[in-house]
Amino acid sequence: MSSTQSAYWRGFRDGAPFVLVVVPFGLLFGVVGTEAGLNLAEVMGMTVLVIAGAAQFAAIALMQENAPTIIVLATALAVNMRMAMYSASLAPYIGGAPLWQRAIAAYFMVDQSYAVSIVEYERRPEMSLRERMAYYFGAISPVCFPWYVATWAGAVLGARIPPEFALDFAVPITFLAITAPMMRTLAHVSAAAVSVGVSLALAFLPYNLWLMIAAVLAMMVGARVELLTARRRGLA
Amino acid sequence: MTLSTTTIWTIIVLMGIGTWLLRFSFIGLIGNRKMPEWALRHLRYTPVAVMPGLIAPLVLWPRATGGETDPARLAAAGAALVIGLWTKNVIAAVFSGMGALYLVQFLTG
Repeated sequence: MSSTQSAYWRGFRDGAPFVLVVVPFGLLFGVVGTEAGLNLAEVMGMTVLVIAGAAQFAAIALMQENAPTIIVLATALAVNMRMAMYSASLAPYIGGAPLWQRAIAAYFMVDQSYAVSIVEYERRPEMSLRERMAYYFGAISPVCFPWYVATWAGAVLGARIPPEFALDFAVPITFLAITAPMMRTLAHVSAAAVSVGVSLALAFLPYNLWLMIAAVLAMMVGARVELLTARRRGLA
Repeated sequence: MTLSTTTIWTIIVLMGIGTWLLRFSFIGLIGNRKMPEWALRHLRYTPVAVMPGLIAPLVLWPRATGGETDPARLAAAGAALVIGLWTKNVIAAVFSGMGALYLVQFLTG
C-alpha cells in the first residue's frame, strides 16, 4: 500500500467512530425536517447542499416560525461561522493543495473531519501534502456519506411518527445537546449566558432581531472574558 | 410552515453557497496567511453565542403548547443540558432529553 493510500485508511479509521453520532443525528434531521413541513426533495436538498447539521436545524426552527429569508440565512450562516475558523486553522496544512481539491475539501468540512485532521497534522508534521489530503478525505468518508443516507431514512420514516412523540421539541433538545459540551471555559459560559438573557429580554422584537442582537453581544462578551482571563493568568 | 416552495429552495441554495464560502474562505483564498487575533477571538464564540439564544425562547415558550411554559419540556431541556455538560456526548444528551420529556408527560398524564 502506498503512503497516500495508508494515509486515507488511517483517516477513515479515525473518522469511523463518528458514525455513531452522525447516523442518529441525520435520522433526527430527516424526521424534524419532514415534521416541519419540508418534502423529501427539500430535506435531501438541504442535507446535500449545506451538509452542516447544526445550521440545518437552526434554519428549520426559524422556517417553522415563517421567519423572513434573510433572518433564516443570517442565523444559519452565523451558526456556521465556526467553519471559517476551521478553514483558517487548516490553511497552513492544506492551503497548498490544487484549487479543485481545496474546493472539494471545503464542501466536506465538518466538525468531525476538522477535529481529527488537525490533530493528525499537528502530530505528524512530516506528512506530505498528498498524504494530508488523503487523510482528510479518509476522515470525511465515514462521516459525510452516512449523513446523507441517515437523513433520507429519517425523512422517509418521519412522516409516520405520531404527534404524541413531541418531536417538535427534538430541535431545541438537539441544540442543547450540541451546545452543552462546548461549555469548556468561563468565556464560553459567559457568552452562552448573555445569549440566553438578551434573547429572552428582547423576545418582543420582530423578525428574530433579538437573536442577532443577542449573538453579537454574546460574542463580544466571550471575547472580552477570554482576554480578561488570559490577563489574570498572565499576572498570577 | 407556510413558506412557498420558491422561498424554501432559495433558502436551501443560498445556505449551501454561503456555508461553502465560509468553509472555502481561508484554505481557498488566504492560503497560509494568518488572521488577526481579535477576529479569531470573536469567531471562537459564534456557536455558543447563537445557539443558546435561539433555543431559550423555544424552551420557555414552546410552540406546541401555544407558548405556555410546559413542565415536561422544561424537564427535558434540563436533562439534556445536565447530561450534555456531564458526558460531553451529544447523542446521550438528546436521548436523555427526549426520555425525560416522555417520562414527565407520562407521569403527569
